[in-house]
Amino acid sequence: MAKIKLALYWASSCGGCEIAQLQIGEKLLKLIEVADIVFWPVAIDVKYKDVEAMPEKSIDVCLFNGAIRTSEQEHMAKMLRGKSKILIAYGACANYGGIPGLANLFNREMIFHRAYIETESTDNEKKILPQTSYQVPEGTLSLPEFYDTVKSLPQTVDVDFIIPGCPPEEKTTWLALEALIENKMPPKGTVISHNVKAVCDDCPRKKNEKKVKKFYRPFQIIPDPEVCLLEQGILCAGVATAGGCGAPCPQANMPCTGCYGPVKGVTDQGVHYLSAVASIIDSTDPEEIARIIDDIADPAGTFYRYSLPESLLRRAKV
Amino acid sequence: MSWEPKIVGFLCNWCSYRGADLAGTSRIHFAPNVKVIRVPCSTRVEPTFVIKAFQSGADGVLILGCHPGDCHYIEGNYKTMRRVPLLKKMLAQFGVEDERVRLDWVSASEGEKYATVINEMTEKVRALGPFKSNNGEGQHG
Repeated sequence: MAKIKLALYWASSCGGCEIAQLQIGEKLLKLIEVADIVFWPVAIDVKYKDVEAMPEKSIDVCLFNGAIRTSEQEHMAKMLRGKSKILIAYGACANYGGIPGLANLFNREMIFHRAYIETESTDNEKKILPQTSYQVPEGTLSLPEFYDTVKSLPQTVDVDFIIPGCPPEEKTTWLALEALIENKMPPKGTVISHNVKAVCDDCPRKKNEKKVKKFYRPFQIIPDPEVCLLEQGILCAGVATAGGCGAPCPQANMPCTGCYGPVKGVTDQGVHYLSAVASIIDSTDPEEIARIIDDIADPAGTFYRYSLPESLLRRAKV
Repeated sequence: MSWEPKIVGFLCNWCSYRGADLAGTSRIHFAPNVKVIRVPCSTRVEPTFVIKAFQSGADGVLILGCHPGDCHYIEGNYKTMRRVPLLKKMLAQFGVEDERVRLDWVSASEGEKYATVINEMTEKVRALGPFKSNNGEGQHG
């Protein structure tokens, strides 16, 4: 049997997905027995022009991580879509926009101003900002265009499967790779994960009625290790987030931040999470409610930690 | 044709919808800009509905329920009382002006108040102008 041709690519991401892919450990040897890696910028020296030269649909599977925020990433997403029989959005950024997606609360001008002029460590007297092309004696230098709006991979090209997580847990990655190796892929569009309703179903903490008088950020409180974090006033996205990860964060005393995406049947994870949090506020007095809400410093960033580009509003009006 | 504000009004069945009815049967004149959706209770209005309304082209969203303590389901409106301020705080980060979302309490006997709330809301939204969610696109993509 011919070996599976596998490509891996990163767009707007942190590199954590590559670590997650390596986390499958010795199973990597099993993968290499049946698959040839034809493109993987982090590990092998294959240039863009080599990918361009590959015939259409000549790559069997492409694992694509990272969101789309520049013209280069958009170009690569379109190219890899064309060259691949199966395109898999790997990780929260590719699926929902991820952490880079929070840039949708701003626009390019605001981001450039902050990054290249305003930041405390920046020394840029001439206020030079990145440009798409620049003339030097040797010729023209170019940079990809930086967009106002971050998009997910499914908002850019047709995607066949989704592997959730920031980064995906080893067992989730392997679930997909095993299906691939055994040629038992589920129907198109499936979110490949262990089918658990919500992170709370994976979480061993004791759960009772939730009534909260004060919200804490994780650094403000030492949580009881046995009791539900949300009941202790720590914003935990477990209630609004699909399970399958095994709830490693709450078991390490850190709240879930929502990386496995919305629970089934929900399109907008953030506002679903907001609704759950607001409902457990223990007060019927508008002034006290306002004080309790004041504890939540950054609602958009908290509730839409990974899913802003895939939310109903997709970006802020600025 | 000049622009008219489009406002979606979620009215609880037991108090505010009847307040609206009373305003009508009392022949009170008020702005025709609020499209009414009857819901069993103001707490049926998931924050998702509000965002969905804006995404679908609304310029404002009005949520009306029974006065605190009067909820047909005992404490439904208290949940609304908690959700709306948090939702508004988050919507501010999305560039949605505070006056575009209003929560108020209108009982079945408050036809006058219903008309006043509708008129006030319509004028505030008119002053703000149309809400255009720049869904997905900025000036540079």
